Amino acid sequence: MDSYDLIVIGAGPGGYVCAFRAAQLGLKVALIDKRATLGGTCLNVGCIPSKALLHSSEHFAFARGHAAAHGIKLGSVELDLATFLKRKDEVVAKNVGGLALLAKARKVAVLTGSATFTSATTLEVRGTKETLTVTAKNIVIATGSAPVELPFMKFDGETIVSSDHAIAFPAVPKKLVVVGGGAIGLELGSVWSRLGSEVTIVEFLPKIVAAYDDDIVRNFTRILTKQGLKIETGAKVTGFAKGVLTAERDGQKLEFPADKVLVAVGRRPYTDSLGLEKAGVQLDEKKRVKVDAHLKTTAPGVWAIGDVVAGPMLAHKAEEDGAAVAEWIAGKAGHINWDLVPAIVYTEPEVASVGLGEDAAKAANRAVNVGKFNFAANGRAIASDTTDGYVKIIADAKTDKILGAQILGHGAGELISEVVTHMEYGGSAEDLGRTIHAHPTMSEAVKEAGLAVSKSAIHAL
Amino acid sequence: MAIEVKIPPMGESINSGVLAKWYVKEGDVVKKDQPLFELETDKITSEGTAESAGKISLKVEAGAEVKIGQVVASIDPAAGSAAAPAAAPVEAPKPAAPAKALSADTASPAVRRLATETGIDPATVAGTGKGGRVTKGDLLAATETKPSAAPTGSAAPSVPSAATPAAAPQSAIRNPQPAERQTRRKLSPLRQKIAQRLVAAQHEAAMLTTFNEVDMSGVMALRAKYQDDFVKKNGVKLGFMSFFVKAVVHALREVPAINAQIDGDTLIENNYYDIGVAVSTDKGLMVPVVKNCDSLSMAEVEKQIALAATKARDGKITLADLEGGVFTITNGGTFGSLLSTPIINPPQSAILGMHSINERPVAVNGQVVIRPMMYIALSYDHRVVDGKQAVTFLVKVKQAIEDPARLIIGI
Repeated sequence: MDSYDLIVIGAGPGGYVCAFRAAQLGLKVALIDKRATLGGTCLNVGCIPSKALLHSSEHFAFARGHAAAHGIKLGSVELDLATFLKRKDEVVAKNVGGLALLAKARKVAVLTGSATFTSATTLEVRGTKETLTVTAKNIVIATGSAPVELPFMKFDGETIVSSDHAIAFPAVPKKLVVVGGGAIGLELGSVWSRLGSEVTIVEFLPKIVAAYDDDIVRNFTRILTKQGLKIETGAKVTGFAKGVLTAERDGQKLEFPADKVLVAVGRRPYTDSLGLEKAGVQLDEKKRVKVDAHLKTTAPGVWAIGDVVAGPMLAHKAEEDGAAVAEWIAGKAGHINWDLVPAIVYTEPEVASVGLGEDAAKAANRAVNVGKFNFAANGRAIASDTTDGYVKIIADAKTDKILGAQILGHGAGELISEVVTHMEYGGSAEDLGRTIHAHPTMSEAVKEAGLAVSKSAIHAL
Repeated sequence: MAIEVKIPPMGESINSGVLAKWYVKEGDVVKKDQPLFELETDKITSEGTAESAGKISLKVEAGAEVKIGQVVASIDPAAGSAAAPAAAPVEAPKPAAPAKALSADTASPAVRRLATETGIDPATVAGTGKGGRVTKGDLLAATETKPSAAPTGSAAPSVPSAATPAAAPQSAIRNPQPAERQTRRKLSPLRQKIAQRLVAAQHEAAMLTTFNEVDMSGVMALRAKYQDDFVKKNGVKLGFMSFFVKAVVHALREVPAINAQIDGDTLIENNYYDIGVAVSTDKGLMVPVVKNCDSLSMAEVEKQIALAATKARDGKITLADLEGGVFTITNGGTFGSLLSTPIINPPQSAILGMHSINERPVAVNGQVVIRPMMYIALSYDHRVVDGKQAVTFLVKVKQAIEDPARLIIGI
């Protein structure tokens, strides 16, 4: 029976970061995953492949719709879906291969198989060939999440699919209905829409990407609609039969013909067959692993991180959890600021947010000043044909401290980063406005939005 | 949950003091029991220590007047070493490296602008940002609490003004001299208290002084004879002070009226012999008390005086070390004084002044001989002590020093 200082169950961004950090700190570490490759959902079937598809499909959309306006004559533009998907697979292979090299170099033992607790310190790992028993002083549950299934229309992998399938349709579906107007649904909906599908987004709530401010969502919805996505909000899906998805809105029946239905209504913490009861690990009322402020579960020596615990189900949040837990286990002072987890929708344009939104601030009766700057007034955006959207900075009215930011625009996911950094150091909107931003860049809009908080933006009235 | 750092209770008569110096900087990670600040009170200068480990946030500036019980800082146990879980399974958590305090060139741009416009040094502002950094909000708050700061918003950059004098208390000196001819410095609370008590003693007590002189040759011979053995045995030198302490205890027993004090309309007669021994420090005179001198050996007396003197000079002395004396001995001879009238240390009723030892011609048995002589003085409160008792007391001291055998025999 092999014994370790730390065993991590799940090799997603939370788990592998935890394992790597612990190995850096001198611990003897094992990393267990059911998949033969490292990287979990994110690298294998989530963030990374979807980004590859988004990038390729943007090129396709540009070649078809916009190249001519730039004076580029391409002749006939056609899709080679097999190559298109192969590139995505290569992107995934490159990423997971890199992780395998890192794991080896850091002397992290990688065990392939599904793990089950037999006690708080021992695990049974059932691989394809053999079953191992391993033990460790510390075990981290990093088993992530799985797509939520609608009970009345279960995944069949053919017509009713999850994101796992929607990154690898063998052909472009003629009509794709996406249930759920969140990040995953909009990103994959965008991909297939660009490739020629007729895509309808069916959202239960009154707006898509509900966590964002109303004004951002309004503008975002308009842009997506202009791109060809049909967006149906406030619609409750009732079933799927004979190629038609049915829904209800205000008592009215809605029908959406669909070749394929992507159900992207959320993800659930994945703790199936882990044998948590053997370890004494309890779940909370939402079936998430119950943890304290240091991510310790109810069982001594057992920790949990990432999607499987409360908090946003985001890879970068899981990574921070993983690094902090590794540091805590090694007796160091880990640090996570759960208040400053940025969230991004990787459509074109992207939507990014961090901290407190304007709507949330107003709902909480907080006195804030809001600064906005449109990309339409940004030189680089005009040159690049990326003038959709704007930057919004929300700052405390009294102290000018940045409380949050929301960005709708090309590359918003990259732009949000500097706001997070300013916020991490307690920066004010003025600090943002007084920090030099290179010209000409889209990031100047962030600086200007910072200045706009005190109504002193240079390139706006 | 942040732990508040309060000014500790120092004893009944002490209500306030000056937080003279911070040993730690804003945002430092402190260890449990680490000294945090130096507190000057009326009576003593002492140190405040950390009750818990963690990151400290200072709430008052050095030099501020503070009250007993006032919160002067808070320690966030979650931020420092305690950020690690209590029972880290592999090894004990180590405290994080202390965060660097903010220096001017790490201030954020908005903070730098405000600092220039308001004249407030960000280093003097308690920071709430990461690692104790001063945020714009912190400086704005500091601006609000400092209305006397240089005006804001003027077109020209404001020049820090060195000429603005600090608000001085009302001065009794009508024509202050220019700065190059005089340096004015605020009295420390200790010095102020010394001044108050000295004046009060002279106002309240009916104080007068009686003198005598002592032939030190007997004690000097004893010291010369036994010094080496004494040091070898006790690790401390046999000084004059232990002889005088013993002589005073002897004399107090002979004349109990000296070992008494007035409390309103009551006379308290003390049946114990805790003797204060004045020690000069750079912060002023302190009088640590050597307890139960009647039951201490000479060596123990010497050791306790040496220990108390070290503590007093290092500022580590506590109020308990200073309280409860029934009589004080002060040695002006250390500095060469030939003769002086010491002031009693209320509520005590008498004080013995020792002076320098000088060879003088004296008449012994009809012969003029040269002897090492010391004048001794006893100031006493005539309300409690009669002249006869005072003189008798001083004679008893003189006799015991001139013939230490009396201490053994008890006459």
